[in-house]
Amino acid sequence: MSFEPKIVGFLCNWCSYTGADLAGTSRIHYAPNVRIIRVMCSARIDPTFVLKALHDGADGVLICGCHPGDCHYTEGNYKTMRRFPLLKRMLADFGIEDERVRLEWVSASEGQRFADLVDDMTERIRALGPSRVQADLATDMAER
Amino acid sequence: MGDSKLQIAIYWAAACGGCDVSVLDTNEFILEVDKVADIRLWPIAADGKYKDVEAMADGELDVTLYNGAVRNSENEHLARLLRQKSKILVAYGSCAYMGGIPGLANLVSREEIIERAYLNNPSLEPGNQTIPLPEVSVNGYELEIPKFYRRVYKLDQIVDVDYYVPGCPPQPNQAQAAITALVAALTGQAAAPPKGAVVGAYERALCDDCPRTKSEKKITRFYRPWEIIADPERCLLEQGILCAGPATRSGCGAICPSAGIPCRGCYGPPPNVVDQGAKLLSAVSSIIDSKDPQEIEQILATLPDFTSIANRYSIPASQLQRSHRP
Repeated sequence: MSFEPKIVGFLCNWCSYTGADLAGTSRIHYAPNVRIIRVMCSARIDPTFVLKALHDGADGVLICGCHPGDCHYTEGNYKTMRRFPLLKRMLADFGIEDERVRLEWVSASEGQRFADLVDDMTERIRALGPSRVQADLATDMAER
Repeated sequence: MGDSKLQIAIYWAAACGGCDVSVLDTNEFILEVDKVADIRLWPIAADGKYKDVEAMADGELDVTLYNGAVRNSENEHLARLLRQKSKILVAYGSCAYMGGIPGLANLVSREEIIERAYLNNPSLEPGNQTIPLPEVSVNGYELEIPKFYRRVYKLDQIVDVDYYVPGCPPQPNQAQAAITALVAALTGQAAAPPKGAVVGAYERALCDDCPRTKSEKKITRFYRPWEIIADPERCLLEQGILCAGPATRSGCGAICPSAGIPCRGCYGPPPNVVDQGAKLLSAVSSIIDSKDPQEIEQILATLPDFTSIANRYSIPASQLQRSHRP
């Protein structure tokens, strides 16, 4: 059976979720691999959520928020912008590949961009293969 | 043993011994414990053999304080054995609670550890390529040592744990409070804490008990403690010194920040926090005073090895638990 990446998408309510909605209402075809979770702001995405998604078996995590300067809450996406590089460093130290976790700014009018983004991320993760997290933890248990 | 004394054991697994010393640091209180309890196993301070423990009836021990992480098959054997023989099993100290300092080894592979310790270490005798094997035959004798596991585990990843006492090591006053609470529960003088409770610590973050003054936090670079002479009154994090206080449970008395040393997070996460390192990441990155991606990278570049510092005691307890490099 071919590998279908499971991607968890955390999308901010005001820009990115509306952008994804536009992709849908415009009937743009894109990879069905992303499971979207709507949050009020990209700053609501605690790094714990990303780690939990990876622990629970996600092959990738996509975080989308309003473009810098466009945050509905003025400053929320700047917090995401500061958090993300540190999160990426932590993920790299835990051996999670760069392609698996991605932050992109998607506005409410960028339905096509969202669709292209999901297609691109899906293909990159497909090439990378499944996440090893669950398999590794199962191997650990089997060792004892 | 026909009398009504409590039966207790204190065991050390993958640990430095500091937890045992913290029990001894309760000074004369230990004599009070001795009045009400028989110490059946305590490798650092008293005689006692594994076979004596194996000969006990199930549940014969009232309390076992298990300190240290589970690194090898001996640690696991004793964890299972003491669980079986004990009414109450306490994960005592950061290593048993979260994996602790030994848990940092989970960021590298077992092969890398063997390579570094036995094959490619500057202090080795030149040409010596001896590595320990779990089983070896010498002059016709079969010898065994414990199997070195692929990774480090916290105690409750191996067996069911009743209570947790955090700290590296637990502060003596808190160790005393925890032991007193357990003795009171076992002798019917007080209700037992709910199963799974963290005892010998509080239900709030360290910052609540830290005496330093806190104002708005906005920083433009991080300093390692030796790079700056810190203001003795002001919050260390506000001065750019990475302090784990916001993501750490209080209970130690804030002794490190009171002495000018940033909190290292040994008391574990505050209540309801799943991943201590992730929470510290969130707290620390939100105080960076910049909206420019390049500048943010420059500021973060002044913060080396964040992952190990943020998860100093909690790698095995974190969501990802270990490195997943292929």
